[in-house]
Amino acid sequence: MYNFEFVKPATVDEAVAALQAEDAQPLSGGQTLIPTMKQRLNAPSTLVSLIGIDSLKGVSEAGGVLTIGAGTTHATVAAEAGAYPALAALAGGIGDPAVRNRGTIGGSLANNDPAACYPAAALGSGATVVTNTREIAIDDYFQGMFTTALEEGEIITAVKFPIPEKANYQKFEQPASRFALVGVFVAKTADGVRVAVTGASEEGVFRWTEAEAALSANFAPGAIEGLSASADGLIGDLHGTPAYRASLIKTLTKRAVTAA
Amino acid sequence: MTEVSMVVNGRKVSGNVEGRTLLSAFLRENLGLTGTHVGCDTSQCGACVVHVDGAAVKSCTMFALDAEGADVATIEGQAAPDGTLNVIQQAFQDYHGLQCGFCTPGMVMSAAALLKENPKPSEAEIRDYLEGNICRCTGYHNIVRAIMAASGQDVPAVAAE
Repeated sequence: MYNFEFVKPATVDEAVAALQAEDAQPLSGGQTLIPTMKQRLNAPSTLVSLIGIDSLKGVSEAGGVLTIGAGTTHATVAAEAGAYPALAALAGGIGDPAVRNRGTIGGSLANNDPAACYPAAALGSGATVVTNTREIAIDDYFQGMFTTALEEGEIITAVKFPIPEKANYQKFEQPASRFALVGVFVAKTADGVRVAVTGASEEGVFRWTEAEAALSANFAPGAIEGLSASADGLIGDLHGTPAYRASLIKTLTKRAVTAA
Repeated sequence: MTEVSMVVNGRKVSGNVEGRTLLSAFLRENLGLTGTHVGCDTSQCGACVVHVDGAAVKSCTMFALDAEGADVATIEGQAAPDGTLNVIQQAFQDYHGLQCGFCTPGMVMSAAALLKENPKPSEAEIRDYLEGNICRCTGYHNIVRAIMAASGQDVPAVAAE
């Protein structure tokens, strides 16, 4: 790993200021960034550690909205997001216990790994990403694999999840990495059903809108029996072909509806 | 170089490190605490698990400077000062929960974190919790038995006997 200057601010304002340095990057739990830096795929000249910022941590619920500070670890979400059980269960299934003790929701959403779990929960829930400058509706946030609407130097401070009537996340794990080979998050709200798919697309997380329409009319696994997810643009690798992933999308969606 | 200070196994320590110095490297190279093993250095294997402020973490995937002021526990702090093994270590010995022993420090530290959260885990809960700890001797059966024993439960005949 190339060396860098390490900065550990105590407030969001200090962090934003520190990120003005050339080639500066924020560091949250580091469970993706540190391995990436070891491989020299990423070599920031300054790392701004966000984990000393207490205002970025915590889980709270008010008026049917669960707000999670961006620096909250997966383990804390798993333990404290009881108001949104499907989200707590998803957080408790990320990586392994030691990874969950360091990795954060803000880090995961800022990174937007195409096989990460949290993007499916955020998109499937119709969440809002709160940053130091604005609020971003989730449908405007994800912009392709490892790409988001965040500007340079912009920091996620919290994520707001409207709590649905029912929800469930089904992850089919790639057995070596434990990332989602395919993961499907289904949420049923008064406004309809959202279905978000991770792990499958070259473009990162996406909504399966045909299934959403069918499930909004009839929230039952049989409602999507006649549909099939398109394999166009899906990932094909040694773990699974695009057609296999497309098949998994439908199977996991049905399982999620059954379990919700 | 920047000075970093923390408490390791109850002792105040400090040292000069680079930004990129990992907690595992600080423990092993600055402090000489080589019980924390680095197996893969890619956060897969869990041999480097230590506790930071009570939570199990992979010390190869955390910068030493992020542990400033933290309370760190490593395998060296598990036995009593006179060398008496703690209940988990003793159970690993009694149930032959190790073969080559390389993964053992991480296994013991993960087991300690599990039993703190869940004092009477089921076999399935133990296996689930050890998802991030790899034993390349594949000695998992006896590791699970040892953790069952350390939690004061009857040890099931789960081993490949």
